[in-house]
Amino acid sequence: MREVLNDVERWRSAGRRIAVARVVGLEGSGPRDPGATMVVNEDGEVAGSVSGGCVEGAVLTEALEILGGDGTPRLVTYGIADEDAFAVGLTCGGTIHVFIEPLDW
Amino acid sequence: MIYETLRDAIRDQSPAALVTVVAVERDLAPSTSLGAKLLVRPGHDPIGSLGDADLDRVVARDALGELESGLTATRHYGPHGEARQDEISVFVESFAPPPRLVIFGAVDFTAALVRVAKVLGYHVTVCDARPVFATKTRFPQADEVVVDWPNRFLAATGADLGPRDAVCVLTHDPKFDVPAIVAALDTRVGYLGAMGSRRTHADRMQRLVDAGVEDAPLARVMAPIGLDIGARTPEETAISICAEIIALRTGRKAPSLRDNDGPIHA
Repeated sequence: MREVLNDVERWRSAGRRIAVARVVGLEGSGPRDPGATMVVNEDGEVAGSVSGGCVEGAVLTEALEILGGDGTPRLVTYGIADEDAFAVGLTCGGTIHVFIEPLDW
Repeated sequence: MIYETLRDAIRDQSPAALVTVVAVERDLAPSTSLGAKLLVRPGHDPIGSLGDADLDRVVARDALGELESGLTATRHYGPHGEARQDEISVFVESFAPPPRLVIFGAVDFTAALVRVAKVLGYHVTVCDARPVFATKTRFPQADEVVVDWPNRFLAATGADLGPRDAVCVLTHDPKFDVPAIVAALDTRVGYLGAMGSRRTHADRMQRLVDAGVEDAPLARVMAPIGLDIGARTPEETAISICAEIIALRTGRKAPSLRDNDGPIHA
């Protein structure tokens, strides 16, 4: 959260709605530890990251759905078998759990 | 309100733990919602609620414990905070002030150690009794440069040091490093390392014994400082010291110079 505070503050003062995605769990090896945070505003702007760049696109899609829908948080799991890891997502073959929610608290 | 309080705590570097419900079996824990929050800070009442007063109380207590160690993790509870149940999963995210590194001795190695420690996120203090050497100009990246005797500095500030923090004694001079080590052993600091050749180190151990330091505290001293990676330059030495700090914290078996008897430099 620390590293995205300035972006969040700027978006808040511009009146943008914001979703926060955080890594809340990790199995096997993952590129970012629990607490890694990515924020998304309703215009699709992004700050921060939750992985080494592999699942950010998918998280962006979820976050925009949440902001465009009823705002219900989601716990999303990205788990990639080693042999598929390089093709699909996490290059390290880990599984990460990402909690995505509107910043309405 | 929770966000604003958290934002201010992060900016002031005052400790806070944000608790978020990330999974809940709603039919078994109907009063708790996904995304419910509790913000916990030492010395303040918690802000927010997870939907149940007993759950709030138990989770706030546990979150303060996690915060003290700087840990971020998911924990599981029953609907009213019962342990060994898992209807509710909460993510406890600790926002703790950065760990501290106190370096005694304003020498060449110090500048490199300051730089590497800053990369790792430490709040770095350089302390030396000699005003000519302990200057902000020589250590521009240090958060704090203090002209003082190490033992006097630790007598004043040592109570703030904890398991996440580190003290490195790079003075090379028994006049400074023996009292510095003795004073550091009186703190709860997690890592205490002292630089010097194997001969210097043997001599220093004798002086510490003469100063009345017993075996158990003496075993806390990592000296000669650093991992046995054949470091030559100040920068490589700084890497070996920081790697040893990490290995000690994580409990991994990395070869410390202390545990071998070969040459220190490659």
